[in-house]
Amino acid sequence: MYKKPAIPFKGTKTQERELREFILKEKDVPGALMPVLQKAQDIYGYLPIEVQTIVADMLGLSLSEVYGVATFYSQFSLNPKGDHRISICLGTACYVKGADKILEALEEKLEIKVGECTPDGVFSLDSCRCVGACGLAPVMMVDDDVYGRMTVDQIDGILQKYISKHHESKKRLNTVAKP
Amino acid sequence: MLSVEELNKIRAKKKDIVAMRHHGDKPAKKCGYKYQVLVCGGTGCTSSGSKKIIETLESEIKKNGLEKDVHIVRTGCFGLCSLGPIMIVYPEGSFYARVTVEEIPKIVEQHLKNGKVVKEMLYEHTVKEDGTVISLDETDFYRKQLRVALRNCGVIDPEDIEEYIATGGYQALAKVLASMSPDDVIDILLKSGLRGRGGGGFPTGRKWAFAKASADDQKYVCCNADEGDPGAFMDRSILEGDPHTILEAMAIAGYTIGADKGYIYVRAEYPVAVERLRIAIKQAKEYGLLGKGIFGTDFSFDVELRLGAGAFVCGEETALMTSIEGNRGEPRPRPPFPAVKGLFGKPTILNNVETYANIPQIILKGPEWFAGMGTETSKGTKVFALGGKITNVGLVEVPMGTTLREIVEEIGGGVPNGKKFKAAQTGGPSGGCIPACHMDVPIDYENLIALGSMMGSGGLIIMDEDTCMVDIAKFFLEFTVDESCGKCTPCRIGTRRLYQFIDKVTKGEAEMEDVDKIKELCAHMKSTSLCALGQSTPNPVISTMHYFEDEYIAHVKDKTCPSGVCKDLLKYQILPDKCKGCTLCARNCPVDAISGSPKKPHVIDRKKCIKCGLCMRNCKFDAIVKK
Repeated sequence: MYKKPAIPFKGTKTQERELREFILKEKDVPGALMPVLQKAQDIYGYLPIEVQTIVADMLGLSLSEVYGVATFYSQFSLNPKGDHRISICLGTACYVKGADKILEALEEKLEIKVGECTPDGVFSLDSCRCVGACGLAPVMMVDDDVYGRMTVDQIDGILQKYISKHHESKKRLNTVAKP
Repeated sequence: MLSVEELNKIRAKKKDIVAMRHHGDKPAKKCGYKYQVLVCGGTGCTSSGSKKIIETLESEIKKNGLEKDVHIVRTGCFGLCSLGPIMIVYPEGSFYARVTVEEIPKIVEQHLKNGKVVKEMLYEHTVKEDGTVISLDETDFYRKQLRVALRNCGVIDPEDIEEYIATGGYQALAKVLASMSPDDVIDILLKSGLRGRGGGGFPTGRKWAFAKASADDQKYVCCNADEGDPGAFMDRSILEGDPHTILEAMAIAGYTIGADKGYIYVRAEYPVAVERLRIAIKQAKEYGLLGKGIFGTDFSFDVELRLGAGAFVCGEETALMTSIEGNRGEPRPRPPFPAVKGLFGKPTILNNVETYANIPQIILKGPEWFAGMGTETSKGTKVFALGGKITNVGLVEVPMGTTLREIVEEIGGGVPNGKKFKAAQTGGPSGGCIPACHMDVPIDYENLIALGSMMGSGGLIIMDEDTCMVDIAKFFLEFTVDESCGKCTPCRIGTRRLYQFIDKVTKGEAEMEDVDKIKELCAHMKSTSLCALGQSTPNPVISTMHYFEDEYIAHVKDKTCPSGVCKDLLKYQILPDKCKGCTLCARNCPVDAISGSPKKPHVIDRKKCIKCGLCMRNCKFDAIVKK
């Protein structure tokens, strides 16, 4: 069942224009729905019902068809993600090397479960199946950075790096905003 | 549009540059460069920082004024991912492993400027005790390998089509278009004995013959690059290291079955592979090696890239096609087989990446060459992604018929930390495990099936005595519960029920009659599921139960986990004779489950203990054990 996300939809006109232009270009390609949803998620970061409606209308599909595809594939998310997306690889190689322990520790430290986002919106936590860096198992990804040969002790240091980054960018935003 | 003569010209022009990159200490060929530095740009090494290595290398080379002498090449995967970032310097073939940015200035100055190999930074197994340096091919990891599908990985720059051409690339396509009929191609494939490398091992030549025989105005060639098996990364490495070989093989397939359009369905989780494929397709089109009228013939072929979105079931052929069509990736009943009615309802062939990677070589070197490798029923080589509890994690390509012992002990360097080998898991969530007693069985399609496992795509995960086999079965079930598409009942409900049973076992709540029920459920799922995913889901359970029944019985009857993994069955205990009463554990315990006065043995309150293991990790006297 679709649950309305706690965070309201904040899509902009520019985002919508970009999506509509892409759909216009792609809509006659056979099997266009998947590439369109991938683009939409690129633009918005997730696929809220508002975005799915645009896609359905423009491709001439029912909303249920679009929703069916959006919920089938694990890459698509109906909920917004944190500013920094943490992802723990639970592929076999990482699991055998104890990735589950890393995940457990993260859940404890961030006080959220897999698939959730921290209340302040800084981190979201996910598990994934094999990023293909099995030589570095166990592997944790934060945004596009890969951290290999992870141990529980390293978590705090890594999280701190992103927390400071987050505060800095906020500070910068505040100073820019002030006249 | 490129003609065959022009293709040969490019080949001749670039030949010396690529020829220099062969192991051994041959004198530098006349390619204009004194040194070539090959840096691995595969996902593994990129993750461990090879991008920064290249940047530093470039700036150091500039600083030393060596731009004209040294050529930097970013290649695909070398295979030894655990040693990344990897860098090889030719003509010597010096293998620098786990390179750091700080080491670069020294390597540049000493090796590239003054011509002295920095021995202390080389991969230790390439330096013999007397100080002589051996080539990579002579090390244990590479000696037994035979690289056919991976032949260009770690040798050429995957983003430069001319380097692929220099190694003989697109010659097979030229040969097929100039002098062979579709039936000739099929005949060669049949004679070579090539079988699908993605799972079932169906003869490739027969698949192509079926599709050729289906009459239709439109046919398709698909490539399965949706390597969903967790722990397998051979297809990714080929796509990253040698993308043109896939395009060439797909074009050959198109000519053979009469298709002018191909699709590559690749995982979105492989951004590097996707990018390299995009570049490769663009370059091939620019050179006229894809598009209309290839090599001046009337054969046209085009390739389109489609990104998967994270669904394991899309590795199944009919599900993959449904996904390309833009739907939920649910499998369809067969027959009709894709060769008759596949993508968009048209005759389609689907092969996986590794299968395609073999084809140009078979065309050029002949079917006898290929059939000369391997066993009676399984010809050629197989790439395995070696992972888990093994010293040399990485990609290995060996002739079919190599034993597990050779792969684990010689190539893989054995199980680390003095632990004992327990089992190897092949075929991912659809496969099974091979215990130590069968390590000497030659690996091929038939033998693996006889052992209750399967080739699958080639994931090979090594497990040691600390791995609980029931827990591993549960791990794979968790995966298949997530990934079952939900179309057919035996799989949708069966995976979940099976998971619940195994979960009970790991919690010590199961009885012996549950074990019988598990066996019955497995049999039903195998015989009634719609597609290979549901049919093979019980395999990890059946196989671990077959070889490690004692572990299951220990969980069920004795309520213990012999490997000390299943948390609910563990008990932490303080050994009174070893405990010095330092109070460290009591202070560390997050739930105050440990009590005792200073300098006297402590005790753990089992009711309070959450089995986090913190006490045991921190104890300086090894006084805490888990049972």
